[in-house]
Amino acid sequence: MPRKCGNCTNNAVLKRPKTGDALCKDCFYWAFEEEIHQTIVDAGLFSPGDTVAIGASGGKDSTVLAHTMKVLNDRHDYGLKLILLSVDEGITGYRDDSLETVKRNQQQYDLPLTIVSYEELYGWTMDAIVEQIGLKNNCTFCGVFRRQALDRGAMKLGATKIVTGHNADDIAETVIMNVLRGDIARLRRCTAITTGADGYLPRCKPFKYAYEKEIVMYAYFKQLDYFSTECIYSPNAYRGYARTYIKDLEKIRPSAIIDIIHSGESLSVKKDVKMPQQTVCSVCKFVSSNEVCKACVLLEGLNKGRPRLGIGKTHKERRKWEEDLAEEASRLSLHNTAVSGSSDCGQGCARDEVNGCGSVFVGADEDDVNGDGRRNGCCGGTGSGGCGTTQRENRMPAQKVITARTTMRNLLDF
Amino acid sequence: MDSNKFTSAGAAHQNTTRQSNVDLKLKLNKFKMLPVTVEFSGGAELLCGNVKKHDVDLPGQQNKWQIRNLLVWIKDNLIQERPELFLLGDTVRPGILVLINDADWELMGELDYELQEKDRIVFISTLHGG
Repeated sequence: MPRKCGNCTNNAVLKRPKTGDALCKDCFYWAFEEEIHQTIVDAGLFSPGDTVAIGASGGKDSTVLAHTMKVLNDRHDYGLKLILLSVDEGITGYRDDSLETVKRNQQQYDLPLTIVSYEELYGWTMDAIVEQIGLKNNCTFCGVFRRQALDRGAMKLGATKIVTGHNADDIAETVIMNVLRGDIARLRRCTAITTGADGYLPRCKPFKYAYEKEIVMYAYFKQLDYFSTECIYSPNAYRGYARTYIKDLEKIRPSAIIDIIHSGESLSVKKDVKMPQQTVCSVCKFVSSNEVCKACVLLEGLNKGRPRLGIGKTHKERRKWEEDLAEEASRLSLHNTAVSGSSDCGQGCARDEVNGCGSVFVGADEDDVNGDGRRNGCCGGTGSGGCGTTQRENRMPAQKVITARTTMRNLLDF
Repeated sequence: MDSNKFTSAGAAHQNTTRQSNVDLKLKLNKFKMLPVTVEFSGGAELLCGNVKKHDVDLPGQQNKWQIRNLLVWIKDNLIQERPELFLLGDTVRPGILVLINDADWELMGELDYELQEKDRIVFISTLHGG
């Protein structure tokens, strides 16, 4: 026979990983929801009148999050306006299906839903990106783009906060991953319950201390409608290893997950460790820790046929690119002097013979970006600076990317 | 054990023969199939041809069916691909939740739980994005 609930006389249905308590369904619902409430109150996540965008993927975490936020907003009079916000990465057979779940959630929870897509924001779907980059670093693109897409979508909706369904297991994974990568800046940030408060929109994780097991059990017992297929592009992701490791640890000692988060929270970084400064991207004007944000670098790489530009060491890839360009230029220099004339930037750039260099003629550039943003194969230099063959700095050849992003801004009315 | 009784019965007179017939009946009874329902969700169903609910009759066996035997039986009979995503060693892969009649198996003795007729065992994978 099953054990009795530690709280009442009903049969217990679940052993809580955090405490080892056995609880019945109703006591579990109550404990789970009230713990989230406690997390929200303790961290002062929301103020009355906030418009909160719930990052909704259709998966278990965000589905339970939307449900819980609605329950708590009603029960405790948070005075929040809740909206569902989804990002369509353009992954056929995965996101299109999960978005159907989000649309059902919209009906079930009676919350407004907005979907922003990579295609409208960046001109690229993940399907197209994977075609370029393969299955090795695709998650870098997806992660960087999604982060920004959520921000942009939420701002468009006039939201004052974003909440995401990251749970305790996710955060413990992230801590381990950042340790393994030696990413001290992220290691320090990743356990914060709210991030980005000094940038555009604060992003909160009300499920920071909620175990995945409890979230899944909650969804199961409440029969919440969620989508549970693994992303078709993620089997090679680094996170998968960290995830397996965390789950193995949890099996041996369930408190390991909370303990790892605690370790992450308690870490102090030596004063002399150089931390990146938060600044504004010189291209898209979004918050960034570099002069040019990662999304812009990745996008530049995609648009110019060098998709590896934002992967690993950007300056190395840029140098390789310049060498390739120089080689090609010298190979074509004879031909080039014969046909170029005024349409050449004068630096021997001849990557795309049909469009010319494209760095001087902004108009031609714009046409091309609007027509087919991926075909720009030129150096992207700004004319005065040449084709970038002599620039070893991590500098953005601004012209083309700005035009690409202008299209996006118009769409989102920034 | 029962088998000892049988050997002694083989050598003996009427009374014990009748006794052995009763034993045999009991034994056949004990070896009867065990109907249970096995369900997969949260992505685990993808490992068994995307079928979520399986009403199965477990073959009769001398010892009681425990979850540990059921797991091996599932691996051999229901799982169609990547069994390592389901079973790791003698137990489910960490990250797969198990419910016995809608209760956490951690409350029910996990691998040692003895299956009863019409039990409903649910496996929920949590090993996917959220």
